Amino acid sequence: MSTVHQQAPGDYWDVEPHHHHEGASTSIGFWVYLMSDCLMFAVLFAVFGVLGGSYAAGPGPQDLFDLKLVALNTAFLLLSSITYGFAMLAMVRGNVRGTLGWMAVTLVFGLLFLSIEIYEFQHLIHLGAGPQRSAFLSAFFALVGTHGLHVVFGCLWMVTLMIQVRQRGLTGANRRRLGCLSMFWHFLDVIWIGVFTFVYLMGMVR
Amino acid sequence: MTSIEAQGDKHRAERRAEAHADRHDDGHDHGSFKSCMTGFVLSVILTAIPFAVVMGGGFESRLLTVAVVVGLGIVQIVVHMIFFLHMNTRSDEGWTMMALIFTVVVVIIMLAGSLWVMFHLNTNMMPQMNHEALGLDS
Repeated sequence: MSTVHQQAPGDYWDVEPHHHHEGASTSIGFWVYLMSDCLMFAVLFAVFGVLGGSYAAGPGPQDLFDLKLVALNTAFLLLSSITYGFAMLAMVRGNVRGTLGWMAVTLVFGLLFLSIEIYEFQHLIHLGAGPQRSAFLSAFFALVGTHGLHVVFGCLWMVTLMIQVRQRGLTGANRRRLGCLSMFWHFLDVIWIGVFTFVYLMGMVR
Repeated sequence: MTSIEAQGDKHRAERRAEAHADRHDDGHDHGSFKSCMTGFVLSVILTAIPFAVVMGGGFESRLLTVAVVVGLGIVQIVVHMIFFLHMNTRSDEGWTMMALIFTVVVVIIMLAGSLWVMFHLNTNMMPQMNHEALGLDS
């Protein structure tokens, strides 16, 4: 401390690592990720909104969409949301078997959703209404496909987490992961509401 | 800052962290069976109505059909946010809500802006764009 006014680093910033509860910021961090994902979907929705009417003299929504299949898909995703909610409730009670059981049910609904979506895509491509047919179909495949891809990763995550819970039990870290997957899964359902409203139902009304 | 003050701050921070941990172990509310079921029942109703309306051929006025479908879709998103994602103004000291509001504002600007600009672009550019019909290409 001579002529130059020197201060110890600790005066300005924490030299010791901040003592935080482990994983205290995980949920807000994951929420910020979900919000950025939401922005990405919003851009895809905007693209669909702009290009959704450009059929290039090809088939439109009324020629292609089967609302019964969409209703079935919606039901699967909605049921998977509530079964995952039950898994979380079982987790809060500390019930490992219940958590794993409800996660398995959720996984089955997720896979049913995916198989119907893959069938739908394959059917459209078979009809010659693939993503290269028109701007409307490009935007449709990009938007619905991105959502489907999210569900695929959600299912992979579900399997990984089921193995984790099975091997390590409901530890603090696993509870946190289950909480994140819960947010992710319900978020996908929220996006699906946008998809069936703006893509399928509005397409049929148009 | 003196070392005593620093110590005090540290203790306060620890106490806050503990209080936080007591309230909910991972900073998020997981809801109850009742809120889960309420959300589910509301979602089923809010999904069934627009599907029934559209599958039944819609109302006389197209505008009314669109308004009902979009309106119920938005209501259902809010229901999901509250009952499944357990959004409230308290979790993570309000930061999740802040992030959500920010995202919603950006999304609305982006969606409204894109649709508005592209709609005007399409209507204004149409005659010139139609090169083939005007015989300008050959």
